Amino acid sequence: MSEFLYQLTLKEAIDVARRDGNHNIIAALKDRIQLFNPKINAFLRTDQSRLLEPVGETMSDLAGVPVAVKDNICVRGWETACASNILKGYIPPYDATVIQKLSDAGAAIMGQCNMDEFAFGSSSETSAYGPVRNPWDLERVPGGSSGGSAAAVAADMALAALGSDTGGSIRQPAAMCGVVGLKPTYGRVSRYGLIAFGSSFDQIGPITKTVEDAALLLRVMAGHDPKDSTSANEAVPDYMQPLKRDIRGLKIGLPKEYFVEGMDPEVEKSVRDAAGVFKKLGAEIKEVSLPHTEYAVAVYYIVAVAEASSNLGRFDGVEYGLRSPAKDLREMYQETRDAGFGEEAKRRILLGTFVLSSGYYDAYYLKGQKVRSLVRKDFDDVFRSVDLIMCPTSPTPAFKIGEKIEDPLAMYLSDIYTIPANLAGVPAISIPCGFTKANLPVGLQLMARPFGEETIFQAAYAFEQEVEVYKKKPHL
Amino acid sequence: MKYEPVIGLEVHVQLATQSKLFCACASEFGAEPNKNTCPVCLGLPGSLPVLNEAALRLAVKAGLALNCEIAERLKFDRKNYFYPDLPKAYQISQYDMPVNNKGELVIEVPDGKGGAAEKKVGITRAHLEEDAGKLLHEGIQDGSLVDYNRAGVPLLEIVSEPDLRSPEEAYEYLISLKAILQYLEVSDCDMEKGSLRCDANVSLRPEGESKLGTKTEIKNLNSFRAVQKALQYEINRQKDLLENKERIIQETRLWNEAKGQTFTMRSKEEAHDYRYFPEPDLVPFTIQKDTVEAIRKTLPELPVARERRLKQDFQLSAYDAHVIVSDKKLADYFEACLREKVNPKLVSNWILNELLALLNQNKTTIDRSPVEPHHMAGLIRLIENNTISGKIAKEVLPLMFETGQSADTIVQEKGMSQVTDAGEIEAIADKVIAANEKSVSDFKAGKKAALGFLVGQIMKESKGKANPKIVNEILTKKLQ
Repeated sequence: MSEFLYQLTLKEAIDVARRDGNHNIIAALKDRIQLFNPKINAFLRTDQSRLLEPVGETMSDLAGVPVAVKDNICVRGWETACASNILKGYIPPYDATVIQKLSDAGAAIMGQCNMDEFAFGSSSETSAYGPVRNPWDLERVPGGSSGGSAAAVAADMALAALGSDTGGSIRQPAAMCGVVGLKPTYGRVSRYGLIAFGSSFDQIGPITKTVEDAALLLRVMAGHDPKDSTSANEAVPDYMQPLKRDIRGLKIGLPKEYFVEGMDPEVEKSVRDAAGVFKKLGAEIKEVSLPHTEYAVAVYYIVAVAEASSNLGRFDGVEYGLRSPAKDLREMYQETRDAGFGEEAKRRILLGTFVLSSGYYDAYYLKGQKVRSLVRKDFDDVFRSVDLIMCPTSPTPAFKIGEKIEDPLAMYLSDIYTIPANLAGVPAISIPCGFTKANLPVGLQLMARPFGEETIFQAAYAFEQEVEVYKKKPHL
Repeated sequence: MKYEPVIGLEVHVQLATQSKLFCACASEFGAEPNKNTCPVCLGLPGSLPVLNEAALRLAVKAGLALNCEIAERLKFDRKNYFYPDLPKAYQISQYDMPVNNKGELVIEVPDGKGGAAEKKVGITRAHLEEDAGKLLHEGIQDGSLVDYNRAGVPLLEIVSEPDLRSPEEAYEYLISLKAILQYLEVSDCDMEKGSLRCDANVSLRPEGESKLGTKTEIKNLNSFRAVQKALQYEINRQKDLLENKERIIQETRLWNEAKGQTFTMRSKEEAHDYRYFPEPDLVPFTIQKDTVEAIRKTLPELPVARERRLKQDFQLSAYDAHVIVSDKKLADYFEACLREKVNPKLVSNWILNELLALLNQNKTTIDRSPVEPHHMAGLIRLIENNTISGKIAKEVLPLMFETGQSADTIVQEKGMSQVTDAGEIEAIADKVIAANEKSVSDFKAGKKAALGFLVGQIMKESKGKANPKIVNEILTKKLQ
């Protein structure tokens, strides 16, 4: 076990809390946050009352250990603002279902993490509260949009955190920060209380130090929610069980369309090496094809922004959040939304409004949905012959702050490997698989059939225990 | 040139569910502002809709009664627009896959020969959607307030084909539609509470032409009579334009009841682009055939069938039967009276001519009538067995209305029963004959009208209590 309490994994912390209570763990994390958050800006708010309450029984599943949450998941009585000016000061009167489930399982909710505004971004630079910095290199982005959650876990300021993933927002920052990030199957975790971006893509998932911690959290978070019609009525297995299984005979596919130009050579090498590890552990590696991959990013930026443009209509200055002074209703809408939304949010609202407009709907949104079903079919086909798909999480390691913020297209392409899983609704994990020469983490992505999280945990855990990359920590 | 009006109606009714369409909040009318709200119907960030199955069942019930095809596959869509009464900035509605398609409604129209004919009016669709909140402006300085109690209340939007050809037909369609929905208990259809709202589309075309003319849509119609009046106004306005070779502009117009005119609200160019797209928060689902059949079994007798039965079983006139069945509560009242085995024709006359007038004067409705059906039947029975005359009955009914007492009690207490004793009437007749020699001789000279005068005098002498039939008989005999 680690010498400092903040270095504990979630699993270890639960054991400690069962024995000694949760107070020392919480105190250690608070000190850590005080020390490093000013540099990293991973947390937006930490001085929340629920942290101070003696939460849960020490014998409960999570024994009162703290979990951080992304700023787009509603916590009753706490400001929840999606890192946006337009929601500054907004206090939800209810808990998201995941918050309720975590609380019921005995978790303390500790602090809310910075993010790209409304989860629009891949670098956590679009936050209205300033960019998050990567603990491995403070000049670099942590990825996004759940960059605050990933950086908090990587910097040992949180034992574990919740993120949300619409096109890679859990996995890509997990990869860039050298931690584990899981996007569950669409419908696996309730979206009730997650402030929507792309409703047919969004999933809440865990960002953790280890695969075991991810399995442990998913077991608590998953399950049907009568408040979310899109949540699946599918039994929740014990996700800790597959960790005990070896992976001999598991079939893993490498999609040939993913290994093309634009991929950083060091990233490619790490992933190819990872394939070697899996082979050594007894898995079978084969090349597979996902022929519609090249359309994924384009389709995503049509369908997801269409949904986003509608989801963000409610931020209009009428009921809550920012309201700019105005002489009439129209001006109130215009001034409020102009002052409240950042550049990227405005870009996506405009794009989404355009693709849904009369006369353009068929050419964009409808066609986008058709291509989406082709992408989904690609996965159905491939999963007939393999159990998992393996590929890089991100084509490059963490890039410099400011490097891509003026070039939306380059930014959008950093989600090229993560978007397909959202289009298809399949589960996907990013686990650390190595480092570049510049000491930047590289993430490996594993995708499975819908509700195949067990297979993901089985393979990810076996790999993690073999290579032990997760033990390496950034020097802060 | 003669022009033919082409009219189609869009009717919104609030469904009579306990709770709202996508959350568990009460859908009651008249609660304290914003009392019946929750994160879902307030459109708070992160909240999600869950369909109220009771609303879907009512929608299917209405669809079946309107002979619609019930969709097997159901989906919802978002209609996006900004307005303060719309908390999510979109309304969850049904765009291209409504729950009910292609139905029809049979209405009665004049057959041109003084009688009535049946006309089938096509129902294009009837779909589910959520209502918006309400803006309050009155008495508020510096801004408006919003009441979201109504936000999320289930609505059924029923769209007719442009099959109506006159404001009268439109009126008749509304009466029939309302009757059906009330029979089904799908909606209370109370326009005053806003649980029924109607927009009208109208265009003109030269008679014999099959191509449709340019239409206008009329909004702000607060009663069925307003629909009729506004359509008539709009037809005249369009006719004037066409006759002056002017162009009709496709637009939405508002009816101003006080001025009796329609005014431009917005043109086609200013119309919203609602950017409909499938609601991703509600997954499409299938309605099982069994479910539809089970709902079909719950359909009550509908107005057309009831009208046929009343005409057949009770020999009611077509007109009376039609009026009675067009209001379910009226028909229920009528049939409750008949359970006391009294003359149906008399009951219908007394209800339609006398009771309804009293109810109107007192601004109340048949279901709240202080005269209960068995008391009404009691009054009819007194007329039937000659205890009182119709004339006396007209005095008795208001007393019943006032006190809630039975006719028997009132007639007894006030000594209003009729004189049927021939001897007593003969005595009065003799007295009257003696006092009116001129009339008697007029009658004998052939002036039939003089008899009426003498009958009147006898009635007056008896304080209206003499049985008019017996008076007639006795007088005729005596004057021969």
